[in-house]
Amino acid sequence: MLPSILGRKVGMTQVFLEDGTAVPVTVVQAGPCHVLQIRSKERDGYEAVQLGFEDKPRRLAARSERGQVAALDSKRSKNRAAAGVEVAAKADCEPQRFVREFRGPVNATVGDALTVEQFTDVKNVDVTGTSKGRGFSGVMKRHNFAGQRASHGVKKCHRHAGGTGMSASPSRVFKGKKMPGQYGNSRVTTRNLQVVSIDTENNLLLVRGAVPGPNGGFVSIRQTNKV
Amino acid sequence: MSNAIMDMVNKANQKEEAPKFDIGDTVDVHTKILEGAKERIQVFSGVVIGRSGKGSQEMFMVRRIVAGQGVERKFPVHSPRIDKIEVKRSGVTRRAKLYFLRDRVGKAVRLKERRRV
Repeated sequence: MLPSILGRKVGMTQVFLEDGTAVPVTVVQAGPCHVLQIRSKERDGYEAVQLGFEDKPRRLAARSERGQVAALDSKRSKNRAAAGVEVAAKADCEPQRFVREFRGPVNATVGDALTVEQFTDVKNVDVTGTSKGRGFSGVMKRHNFAGQRASHGVKKCHRHAGGTGMSASPSRVFKGKKMPGQYGNSRVTTRNLQVVSIDTENNLLLVRGAVPGPNGGFVSIRQTNKV
Repeated sequence: MSNAIMDMVNKANQKEEAPKFDIGDTVDVHTKILEGAKERIQVFSGVVIGRSGKGSQEMFMVRRIVAGQGVERKFPVHSPRIDKIEVKRSGVTRRAKLYFLRDRVGKAVRLKERRRV
């Protein structure tokens, strides 16, 4: 299993390295993350580890969310125990707010708490988050089109795309033509970001450059597999 | 943005005691320069004509005249490459950015000295 963790984007700032160069960094508060479940080839068809981040108040958690992290007492569980069904291992922690799976061979057990310490020797990471939503956006913002001229006869079309296709042949607009539409609020991965420093005491990870999403947004971080 | 975690990270990147100088001061900025394996100190002296940014990202601008040509250099206040900042002389100023000095030549560049009480 590659070093992986869940966290929350705190914000961006600038830090000085030992040699005095100033580096732009994103501060991510990451872990400790409980291992909630282990996916195995025999049972689930794939190998993965399921992590949870940040406790959710019990009053906000559904019963199924509580059952995910701890063994609950119910008529059904009693019936199942009587029938000889073994209960899956539980992490025995509070319900978690942000739960994600990381695929790959597993070397953890349910209930383990993963911290930023895993990243001590890691040089680069991939960070996945949900990008800031920009709503229904035009082509200039969404696809970096150039738009049209400010003058020289252009009327009311300064931010338009221009032509979308050819003429009588093919008489249609090709599929996949870049047009206005929903932009942002989608899953985005920024790859190969350098780990500048880690702070095990405060569970902080400082990553060089920008990370998808707003400040306070959840992100998942894993060692990059990019060569 | 103010946030306890951000404040902590920023604080760790600031010098414990921020160098003290004002706009209009004539200062000597001692910068560490790496030449191969050797480190030496270079001094840039001139008038502080402005400060920008805040916290660990604060910068200051120093202007001097070299061979009749105005030269401005911007330094980060908290950079570990800055060894020290010596205040040689304080000038009287009524504004935060002394960009008007750029249009002045010769004797007019001088600022009136402020007497420290």
